[in-house]
Amino acid sequence: MNYKVNFTNEKEKRAMKDVFGATVAKMGEDPKFVYLDADLMSSIGTKKWADAHPTQAYNVGVSEANLAGMAAGLASSGLKPLAHTFGPFASRRCYDQVYLSIGYTKNDVIMIGSDAGVTAAYNGGTHMPFEDMALYRAIPHATVIDVTDSAMLENVLPKLLDMKGLKYVRLGRKEVLGVYEAGADFEVGKAALVKDGSDVAIIACGIMVAEALKAAAVLEAEGIKALVLDMFTVKPIDAEAVIAAAKKTGAIVTAENHNVIGGLGSAVADVLVKNTPVPMEMVGVQDEFGQVGPQDFLQNFYGLTSEVIVEKVKAVIARK
Amino acid sequence: MDPKLSKQIKTFATQVRIETMKEFKVRGFGHVGGALSIADTLAVLYEAVMKYDPKNPNWEGRDKLVCSKGHAGPTLYSILALKGFFPMDWLNTLNIPGTHLPSHCDKNQTPGIDMTTGSLGQGVSTSIGLCLGDTIQGRDCYTYLIVGDGELNEGQVWEGAQFAGHHKMDHLIAFCDYNKKQLDGYTADILDQRDIGAKFAAFGWDTQDINGNDADAVYEAIIKAKATPGKPHMIVLNTIKGAGVKAVEEMSANHHIVVSAELADQALADLEKLWAEQKG
Repeated sequence: MNYKVNFTNEKEKRAMKDVFGATVAKMGEDPKFVYLDADLMSSIGTKKWADAHPTQAYNVGVSEANLAGMAAGLASSGLKPLAHTFGPFASRRCYDQVYLSIGYTKNDVIMIGSDAGVTAAYNGGTHMPFEDMALYRAIPHATVIDVTDSAMLENVLPKLLDMKGLKYVRLGRKEVLGVYEAGADFEVGKAALVKDGSDVAIIACGIMVAEALKAAAVLEAEGIKALVLDMFTVKPIDAEAVIAAAKKTGAIVTAENHNVIGGLGSAVADVLVKNTPVPMEMVGVQDEFGQVGPQDFLQNFYGLTSEVIVEKVKAVIARK
Repeated sequence: MDPKLSKQIKTFATQVRIETMKEFKVRGFGHVGGALSIADTLAVLYEAVMKYDPKNPNWEGRDKLVCSKGHAGPTLYSILALKGFFPMDWLNTLNIPGTHLPSHCDKNQTPGIDMTTGSLGQGVSTSIGLCLGDTIQGRDCYTYLIVGDGELNEGQVWEGAQFAGHHKMDHLIAFCDYNKKQLDGYTADILDQRDIGAKFAAFGWDTQDINGNDADAVYEAIIKAKATPGKPHMIVLNTIKGAGVKAVEEMSANHHIVVSAELADQALADLEKLWAEQKG
């Protein structure tokens, strides 16, 4: 891993979908790469490349079960498939196909679920995945990644192409708050330390890493030194990093753009109870369905903000 | 059809039924009806049609077979053993802990099984992926897909049918084992299939409707399909569930049955008599 944190609380200039499209085009230089989409190429920035590469890119139409199954068959034929649709459809809509034809059958496939959590915004509750990571975590040996920003996306996605098994990646499509400098290098399965600290550890993933950094700045001004870990690989979780953070700080707060049931909070709690039980709080969706609205409204509604992280940090420190 | 080849295939089909019934006899239960109804088609494919190498089961240039009605695994296992993919004595291990021969096909367990199946409908999409993968990689080979008639209840079948039809996947040759029964009863009573061939034709497939327990008809249908370019192929096999074993054919519910020693011994005696005559 080799990365520099450069958090200015500003949105990146490039939308994640454009970065995704450019990354897919680069991955397409591998002749074994094959891209499948369920009628959402225009939404994820791949249409232009796909149109120019008809033997490498296939639109299966609005049929997610077939999407997952075809990806499995392509993998069995020796190709390296990546399949995309929105998060809810990449998870619950084709769960049995992903579970059996890909996971159980040991096919090497990258599944992409875009519009992670509240980033689904105006598509509303029907399109808002708060359970996708929980579902994928329950598939044996699956890798589950919640992407933080564009630097991470363009670094991590190509690494998955030659990784064994089922890989699930969730990401937003719009501009996000940048956390890392361009050219950052990450290791799948290893948490990235984005800020050191000694009083509490905030373990976050996806868009909540930026919220954690905002919260850490507020806390710092009040004399609370928060360590912030980017746990972008939610499975397999970097247990060593969780244990080290717990030992160092004695209190943990997790933050995720997902239901606290089955996601990052659950994964961290699993590690803590077995190894280093310390007081812990979870920031995330508290067992609710999604709804329609702008992302800032949704983040406020579900408590996915730096303010809530600050509150939970104070609560967890009080429990030490 | 060449009479010598016809005789060779039919003799092999009987041998396949014998070995399949032995598997069920050892275990005492199983998905007997649907295993027997598809025996002739599988015998044709492995005796006279498909290219494969038992010593190199993962040879990239082989034809692939996806038995999406994964519960017909025992028939496929007897064929793979007879063709030398693995030792014959594995056939005594069906479904016991640690076996290489689970009730439903598993590509990671059994040499010669090209795709894991069992959750119905999924083999349609995986076979399309395999077939497309071979085309992309410039391999000259066919993918054979076997679906059950009850399996057509699954929506995924029709998702895949649209894709294969749209992309004119003429190296995909599918068979529907239309034995008219699913687990809970007759397909016509549970969800009437109506005209299966017409449905696939509407999705842009080349279709044929044949006697699926007549090895000659199956062989000729495959030859005809290969000579019809530009469309994926659906060969509707009119079959009898339990075909070749009278006692099973006559059962009203024969999807998954208890196989008594008496039933198995009678079936084996009849089949071995037939086999001796065929070998003549």
